[in-house]
Amino acid sequence: MAAYDYDEPSATHRQATSDAPSQEPGYDPNHVPDSVKSFVGHLYRHIREKNVYEIHQMYETSFQTLSERLFKETPWPSVDAVAHYVDNDHVFCLLYREMWFRHLYARLQPTLKQRIDSWDNYCSLFQVVLHGVVNMQLPNQWLWDMVDEFVYQFQSFCQYRAKMKNKTEQEIVLLRQFDQAWNVYGVLNFLQALVEKSAIIQILEQEKEGLEQFTATDGYDYSGGSNVLKVLGYFSMVGLLRVHCLLGDYHTGLKCLQPIDITQQGVYTSVIGSHITTIYHYGFANLMLRRYVEAIREFNKILLYIYKTKQYHQKSPQYEQILKKNEQMYALLAISLSLCPQVKLVEETVNSQLREKYGEKMIRMQRYDDEAFAIYDELFSYACPKFITPSAPSFEEPLVNYNQDAYRLQLKLFLYEVKQQQLLSGVRTFLKVYSSISLGNLAKYMEVDESKLRSILLTYKHKTHSVDTDGKTISNADVDFYMDDDLVYVVDSKPPKRYGDYFLRQIVKLEGVINELDRVKLD
Amino acid sequence: MGREVPQQTPPPPQQQQQQVSFTVEQLVAVNPYNPDILPDLENYVDEQVSSQTYSLDANLCLLRLYQFEPERMSTQIVARILVKALMAMPSPDFSLCLFLIPERVQMEEQFKTLIVLSHYLETGRFSQFWDEASKHRHILEAVPGFEQAIQAYAVHVLSLTYQKVPRSVLAEAINLEGLSLDKFLEHHVAASGWVLEKGHGRGQLIVLPRNEFNHPELKKTTDDGIPLEHVARIFPILG
Repeated sequence: MAAYDYDEPSATHRQATSDAPSQEPGYDPNHVPDSVKSFVGHLYRHIREKNVYEIHQMYETSFQTLSERLFKETPWPSVDAVAHYVDNDHVFCLLYREMWFRHLYARLQPTLKQRIDSWDNYCSLFQVVLHGVVNMQLPNQWLWDMVDEFVYQFQSFCQYRAKMKNKTEQEIVLLRQFDQAWNVYGVLNFLQALVEKSAIIQILEQEKEGLEQFTATDGYDYSGGSNVLKVLGYFSMVGLLRVHCLLGDYHTGLKCLQPIDITQQGVYTSVIGSHITTIYHYGFANLMLRRYVEAIREFNKILLYIYKTKQYHQKSPQYEQILKKNEQMYALLAISLSLCPQVKLVEETVNSQLREKYGEKMIRMQRYDDEAFAIYDELFSYACPKFITPSAPSFEEPLVNYNQDAYRLQLKLFLYEVKQQQLLSGVRTFLKVYSSISLGNLAKYMEVDESKLRSILLTYKHKTHSVDTDGKTISNADVDFYMDDDLVYVVDSKPPKRYGDYFLRQIVKLEGVINELDRVKLD
Repeated sequence: MGREVPQQTPPPPQQQQQQVSFTVEQLVAVNPYNPDILPDLENYVDEQVSSQTYSLDANLCLLRLYQFEPERMSTQIVARILVKALMAMPSPDFSLCLFLIPERVQMEEQFKTLIVLSHYLETGRFSQFWDEASKHRHILEAVPGFEQAIQAYAVHVLSLTYQKVPRSVLAEAINLEGLSLDKFLEHHVAASGWVLEKGHGRGQLIVLPRNEFNHPELKKTTDDGIPLEHVARIFPILG
């Protein structure tokens, strides 16, 4: 959902017109067109009747169609104006406002007041889910969008707040007065509370023992209960992964995701946006932890999946976002494979896409000169999450912008890592052509002295071996070696050719041809 | 927004270490996002230093709270966390901590030093590491077990790399010589199965224990087969 850049389009002309909600000329928040009356009326009825299929249709299709037709550049009618078409139902109004703000964020520039109001609305909505009695059954897509948007608006708020330089006095007053709005503790504690209160971790545990059904029903409750808290709790684990990645806390992020087994299909794969967000952040965190093989594996899988299925999402409101994340993950894959050239882990289709997009750059990245670093920098900056500084600004003069600080730090540390691995591609080149070589000769060829070479070889071993969550050493090495005194022995790493996949594919192809032939009628 | 902290009074100092660590770990698990536990976590860092224990999760939790409220940050505590993280090599803990520490803080002299030390360890330059470390004894000696931890890391990387390592190379990596080196070797011969061998003229070779990284033949060949679900896909066709 969040197809937004670091520097969101500046809409100073909008912000300048004060914080009144009616920011567009000609927008009357109280005017409710007939189609909207009918929309909210039906949506309300379907929610009461727990008709998930119809809710999903209205949510995914009708809302988009109406937005496109009537509210391209203005917000939807205010909640007060539609409330009496839905019996003033408290929860429905909260849901309506959630969509109202989401639409506003996607199409217009929210004012500070609106950002704060949206936070309040999330607070009320989550309070109801956490502490009230909710008996709705909502589509997974919608519940995912809530968590996704909640995190997005938090990120957007942090970016907005960090640009202190051109804040108006009125904005600063508001920022000080509502310092709890989008407060990082508040955001994290809501997500954590949803995880805990839903008992989703226990549910997933029990499911493994066959005591509970969750994944099999895609999280829906077919025995009259509500899926809302459970599924929100589930998606909140992905939300926590994302927030921690935005903060640069990759270890904790991965820990939050641990209850979800990403080697399997799950509820997270039932919504394409959630699937992509999960794997993107999982892969990125592993890349930063130097677990390259793990990152490559997961990027490969999801990129293949997107390649095969993207045609079905062309009309979806998420399509653009899917394509953007797709491109970013190719960039991350290019980085991972440059640091850890394990091309054999990548499927043919993904690999050919990758070569098309980054083939030339990847060759240059192997060189480790200034230009190569510039490409690492470029790809990382393009593909990384929108890092945030979570703390409130100092309101002391002079007001400074700090919206780039977090990103710069992560970039700098990443490039530092790349520099440490600078000499490894040279070693690789030589190891590939020898089965054994003396330290002295290798040093001569690499134009370094022996003691330096010993360091490089140790670096190679250290950097190509990562430590997994249980503290076990895992090899990420594409070419490996060992030393006996002053002799380097290269490990023959030719993988046994795997014909299985090839045959499977050919069998399917053949079957296709036979079917085709069967259909030909010979007159 | 802070959620409630369960009533935890800090345990009296004479209480058993294990129980203390259990309590703080639990505190972190129950309150990962609660600013109220900040002082407990700071005390816990000091305790990890004095009792030679380590908890990455607790320390990351503290760095996170500092990140949320930079005005509460104690650079002295941060420095201790970083030294402990160095000692956790080969795990990437040091980087994990740096990711959470604002750049302007990292510019401080003591942090620059630690970053240089980490750089030497990350790039296998042990002699430079020990040289540099000797110039900053005041930072490192405050943390008991520092030398031993780095030596353990050095032995770890050497064991990934060498079947047999020249004595001089080992000596440089662990920064020991003469009698203390002999003692170190003796200990590892007895405890970790090291074997001392005569090298080709230039002194001793140390045979390091076999593992799948220095003896690749020990590595189990992974996934030679075809996963069932791949074959399952063509069942309809075969049937």
